[in-house]
Amino acid sequence: MMPKAFTPKVVTANDLLLGDVIYMAADGTWVRSLAQAEIISDEAEAQIRLLDAARQQDRAVGAYLADVTAGTRGPAPVHFREAFRATGPSNHAHGKQAETHDV
Amino acid sequence: MYKYSDFDTAFLAERNAQFRAQVERRISGALTEDEFKPLRLMNGLYLQLHAYMLRVAIPYGTLNSAQMRMLAHLAQRWDKGYGHFTTRQNIQYNWPKLRDVPDMLDALAQVGLHAIQTSGNTIRNVTADHFAGAAADEVADPRPYAELIRQWSTDHPEFQFLGRKFKIAVTGATADRAVIRAHDIGLRLRERDGARGFEVLVGGGLGRTPMIGQVIRDFLPEADLLAYLEAIVAVYNLLGRRDNKYKARIKITVHENGIDRIRSLTEAEFARRRPTFKGADQRLLADLYTAFAPPALRQGDTTAFQRARDADPVFRAWSDTNLSAHRSSDHAIVSISLKKPGATPGDATAAQMRALADLAETFGYDELRISHEQNVILPHVHRADLPALHAALRDADLATANIGLISDIIACPGMDYCALATARSIPVAQQIATRFETLKLEHDIGPLKIKISGCINACGHHHVGHIGILGLDRAGVENYQITLGGDHTETAAIGERAGPGFAADEIVPAIERLVHAYLDLRTSPEETFLHTCRRLGLAPFKAALYPAQTMAAE
Ligand code: HEM
Ligand code: SF4
Repeated sequence: MMPKAFTPKVVTANDLLLGDVIYMAADGTWVRSLAQAEIISDEAEAQIRLLDAARQQDRAVGAYLADVTAGTRGPAPVHFREAFRATGPSNHAHGKQAETHDV
Repeated sequence: MYKYSDFDTAFLAERNAQFRAQVERRISGALTEDEFKPLRLMNGLYLQLHAYMLRVAIPYGTLNSAQMRMLAHLAQRWDKGYGHFTTRQNIQYNWPKLRDVPDMLDALAQVGLHAIQTSGNTIRNVTADHFAGAAADEVADPRPYAELIRQWSTDHPEFQFLGRKFKIAVTGATADRAVIRAHDIGLRLRERDGARGFEVLVGGGLGRTPMIGQVIRDFLPEADLLAYLEAIVAVYNLLGRRDNKYKARIKITVHENGIDRIRSLTEAEFARRRPTFKGADQRLLADLYTAFAPPALRQGDTTAFQRARDADPVFRAWSDTNLSAHRSSDHAIVSISLKKPGATPGDATAAQMRALADLAETFGYDELRISHEQNVILPHVHRADLPALHAALRDADLATANIGLISDIIACPGMDYCALATARSIPVAQQIATRFETLKLEHDIGPLKIKISGCINACGHHHVGHIGILGLDRAGVENYQITLGGDHTETAAIGERAGPGFAADEIVPAIERLVHAYLDLRTSPEETFLHTCRRLGLAPFKAALYPAQTMAAE
């Protein structure tokens, strides 16, 4: 079987204290908005970034790589689960969708 | 009201202090997530999609007003102003912050509540009918038995490492509101020749492989209860599969061995164990009866109720759907709907919880219940007080008259909150309820239970919905599978899959076609959706769901 071609990823996790969704930015810091996340197109690079994230136990819980595509406003989620994580629940205007107003 | 004897103040304080220290050690870095996770799960703290979630137990769904006010306080102080009541008779807070959780637990402990989860492969919390102690069709209050079983099973040395978790439900009524046929063991209190005993069912369950429990003993004298339960669990403990997590529940053991073999093994085991029970359990049971004693019901004239029914059509509509028969004919059981069309099933704001607490105090002998159908119950209300109660419910936006109707939908949190979900369930419930509200058909349709789960774990009980909806992920798109003919009551049945699933924007029209087909097919308004399904089978409903395919096949 042909190995699957590597598709662009972001590193994402939940914040230890608040529990909310966080992403890794290009400078290695954690950000709360998918738009500011670093898109990683190289597989080896992605694994290194993920290991780095997994070591940051004091900040990030359950880090993993999520598929994205490069959109005009930064990374765009591929799967709807990531779209909900990036926005918040659909029944209340809570979570990320509420926070973007007060930044 | 009964309080868990071993969850007394000192015990809870100690557990909470322990967890507070564990949270501190996690934050300081002394504990890794792998070390902390099992500790937080034991204390009801989950990490979901957008935030932590705290799950607070409501034993037997029973609360007093002080406890309800504390639930409101938590919602307001540490969450986003609301809480979510679930099919497991508990309340979930969707937005707590890790640092706040120890304070939340201390606040709960002030009113004897906790978030401690019985976890692991043991006998879990016993559940009971939410009308227990009030229902007209009840032989006796099942909660003393449920508590007896809880005390017997807690720390039972033989049963700490079962093949899988084990759940028992008890009802004292003929109508099954506790879904006993979807539990590992279901118990129904009954009377025979003046003696009290149980019908015992075994091997029910939902989830990945749904099964309806089967009768293993049709009359078990009450004094034999614990010995017989012990025999069942012992047989399962030896015979149950441990090679595959998905085949480890007793439902599979019963399915693979047959109920007759399980019965004869159980009876043999029971004969061996019965002599070891020498009556201590029966003395405890007598104490538990006192502890769960009903309030002293007040006597009085009920003509105000009839007058209000005659005068006020809104009150009449509400009393037609939201009242159930109380064992005392001058009282009623009031179901308060948390399913206003468009709202999230099971959500209540802090203000609503406070209003409910006030009403329980004023009109309901200080008692509240939470049902697995995600509504709130005032189990004892004098009929003369119903008009005033209804007026107060209207002020609190809690007077929706839809209990048992199409908009009284059970929905699990689904992908709006749950980390395990494969699709959303809440918006589907909201859209169906809103659509039928617009159509003004709800009362014409009559009793109809729609139940929605956001994944195969079936927390939304979709298998036993008259119409069940299961949200799945089909190649990265939300897709909804419909099952028909399920039933959670004493005539329990697992719904049958209707065919291919529907996309998110097709599911509400599909439900509408189904309901219109039912309205055309029923012999009279008295024939419910479920009865029509049973009489005609699935074919005419499939034709309504998949008109194009049916035409192509013709
Ligand atoms: C949001 C976090 C939740 C998680 C992570 C979760 C997880 C699960 C899992 C994994 C199972 C399957 C267990 C098994 O069959 O071995 C299950 C079953 C169940 N859940 Fe949940 N659940 C959640 C929320 C809820 C809620 C909100 C309700 C009530 C509305 C609920 C009610 C149930 C029920 C009744 C079952 C039993 C099905 C059966 O065993 O027959 N759960 N849950
Ligand atoms: S059924 Fe699935 S999606 Fe719904 S609450 Fe249970 S685990 Fe979550």
